Amino acid sequence: MSWNRKDLISIEELSASEINTLFETADAFKKVLGRKTAKTPALRGKNVVNLFFENSTRTRVAFEMAAKRLSADVTSLDMKTSSTAKGETLRDTVENIRALAADIIIIRHSAPGSAGYIAKILDIPVLNAGDGAHEHPTQALLDCFTLREKWGDLRGRKIAILGDILYSRVARSNIWALNKLGAEVTLVGPSTLVPREFERLGVKVSHDLKSALADKDAVMLLRIQHERQNASAFPSLNEYTSMFGLNADRFSWLKKDAIIMHPGPINRGVEIDSDLADSSQSVILEQVTNGLAVRMAALYLCSGGSAEAAIA
Amino acid sequence: MPSATIIKNGRIIDPKNKRDEIGDLYIVDGKIAAKPSKEILDTADTIDATGLVVSPGLVDLHVHFRVPGQKHKETIRSGTSAAAAGGFTSVVCMPNTSPAVDNAGTVQLIKDIVDKEGVVNVFPTGTITVGRAGEALAPTGSLSRMGIVAISDGGKCVQNAGLMRRALQYAHMFDIPVIDHCQDYSLSADGVMNEGFVSTKLGLRGLHKAAEDIIVARDVSLSTHTGAHIHLQHISSKSAVDIIRRAKSRGINITAEVTPHHLALTDSEVESFNTNFKMNPPLREEEDRIALLEALEDGTIDCIATGHAPHTDYEKDVEFDYAPFGVIGLETALSVSLAQLYHSERLSLLGTLSLLTSRPAEILKLDKGTLSEGADADVTLFDPEETWTPQNKKFFSKSSNSPWIGRELKGKVKKTLVAGKLVFDGQKILAD
Repeated sequence: MSWNRKDLISIEELSASEINTLFETADAFKKVLGRKTAKTPALRGKNVVNLFFENSTRTRVAFEMAAKRLSADVTSLDMKTSSTAKGETLRDTVENIRALAADIIIIRHSAPGSAGYIAKILDIPVLNAGDGAHEHPTQALLDCFTLREKWGDLRGRKIAILGDILYSRVARSNIWALNKLGAEVTLVGPSTLVPREFERLGVKVSHDLKSALADKDAVMLLRIQHERQNASAFPSLNEYTSMFGLNADRFSWLKKDAIIMHPGPINRGVEIDSDLADSSQSVILEQVTNGLAVRMAALYLCSGGSAEAAIA
Repeated sequence: MPSATIIKNGRIIDPKNKRDEIGDLYIVDGKIAAKPSKEILDTADTIDATGLVVSPGLVDLHVHFRVPGQKHKETIRSGTSAAAAGGFTSVVCMPNTSPAVDNAGTVQLIKDIVDKEGVVNVFPTGTITVGRAGEALAPTGSLSRMGIVAISDGGKCVQNAGLMRRALQYAHMFDIPVIDHCQDYSLSADGVMNEGFVSTKLGLRGLHKAAEDIIVARDVSLSTHTGAHIHLQHISSKSAVDIIRRAKSRGINITAEVTPHHLALTDSEVESFNTNFKMNPPLREEEDRIALLEALEDGTIDCIATGHAPHTDYEKDVEFDYAPFGVIGLETALSVSLAQLYHSERLSLLGTLSLLTSRPAEILKLDKGTLSEGADADVTLFDPEETWTPQNKKFFSKSSNSPWIGRELKGKVKKTLVAGKLVFDGQKILAD
């Protein structure tokens, strides 16, 4: 059992042992969620502030609900309509929120490094809910938690991450997490979205879908980001789907019983066939449910909670 | 009776004259002089330079002093104080002020302020295009008459090759060099750091080396056809070095500079998301850094220039994406250059100092950077071995955006003289 962090900024900085501590804590909270009164007093009296500078539904709601299950008071701010629009700096914004007696800040921001930046400024826990294309640690933790539930152990498992890797914080956090947990990662997608530089992170890079999927235990899909089409990373959505979209035929290239994952939101018919997203091998909704337990564990541990106490 | 100063017993290094010897340097009436008469010597001030290097005052072809328009970042007084404290006695200031130096009046304004509060020599430049907008030529002739030493769009790069060709042809008529910040905007786009493994890992948008290479190649071609002298600023990429090397072997009229930070640092520094490592061009990779050092050794790159770009703490204390590009460099350039070239045994002390004195002066034909008899007595005394550690808020510059804060450096300026007058005594600025 080990957790001595006030912040959860990146998976890169976590050890496998810290990840496992968080998983075991999440196991305990998942049991709580199954109870009739699915609530614990662990963070009673604490003010949790959700600072979202970018759109999010799933992550923001999951953090809100996780904090409420821990009995915290939660305030969620949509920063696109607040003082930032008037030119206030991020430092001033978070120092003001701290002055309002916030106990924990959860931040999503378009700039890589922004969560780590405010964690250095503030003496209270900061949880990164996505900083640009850098990291989205709780997403990777819930993804790996879900795989761990399926397999028990990730060591030696082979996973393909398919799609827009270059702009994806989910991909980066999962690369770190899967590597640390002993899985083998292959990134696959068009060369403009999956540059070779990723190989230095200890993963394989492929632009050939068939060979990349051949021996995989799971495929993790990423949303193709329409808003980045301007950058002309690929000719059209149709072309993307024809080359890299996952359909039933291509799914058969994976190992039998392979798992389909997607962090959402899904573009049905673009990166994945609609039927496949709803199939029995898709764990997309389980990922969402596990996101609650994992975020409860993250909030609890970062605010000084003892893993032993949670598990006992 | 003429006023005289003797700088005694120092290691006099004058790269222009290949002089490197222990001795006494004489200054009479603000000029470097031969040994004067006993009568004059008896009344002369004496500076003991035992154990110190006595160098021509350093020359920096690339500083941003923010005047007029952005005095919150730097003033002529603070900028020239930083120069003096770093051993620089002559600086060339870029025209990206507010308003830009695209008219004779702004040149006059800068000169008036320099006369009033300048601590060292300041040579202004004018813009290539009106408002640095890259659309219409600025009045190079009028600017030249006002005494600018070069034209540049200061931090911007003229994207239209046709316009750049006209600018070169036109400037060539006045024998005015054109200074370029080489960057193709369709490639640099909205990048914030070098594009490579580190940017891929951090999820920061990349600023590709090809953006520099392409404009360097364009400028080589335009210089070939117009004969105009182009000075290429802060070269950062290995492949750009290769293009320059080939062009020079063909005798093309181009010169190039490199910054101390590109010689010493790589993009791995950005892993801290510290915005004092955000500059344009960005810190590149180790193979680029080595190529830049080799380019100084073989003369492909002609000199070192700081690109001194002050920004306030509140401007830099933001998310990496939103921070302005640029770092200050005047106060650390000598130490960093010594570390990379002299202490690392790539170049002699004389060879290292030539990159900071005679060679930059020659590029813009400034009558500076030497201890020849009769030259202006701009002299820097430094201890090449003394260590010091730059501290936040302890710079003579008004801004503290230095990548060297908290890092020990070797080589410390002890005294700086401009026209024979002591302006920095190792602790404080003495000019009035």
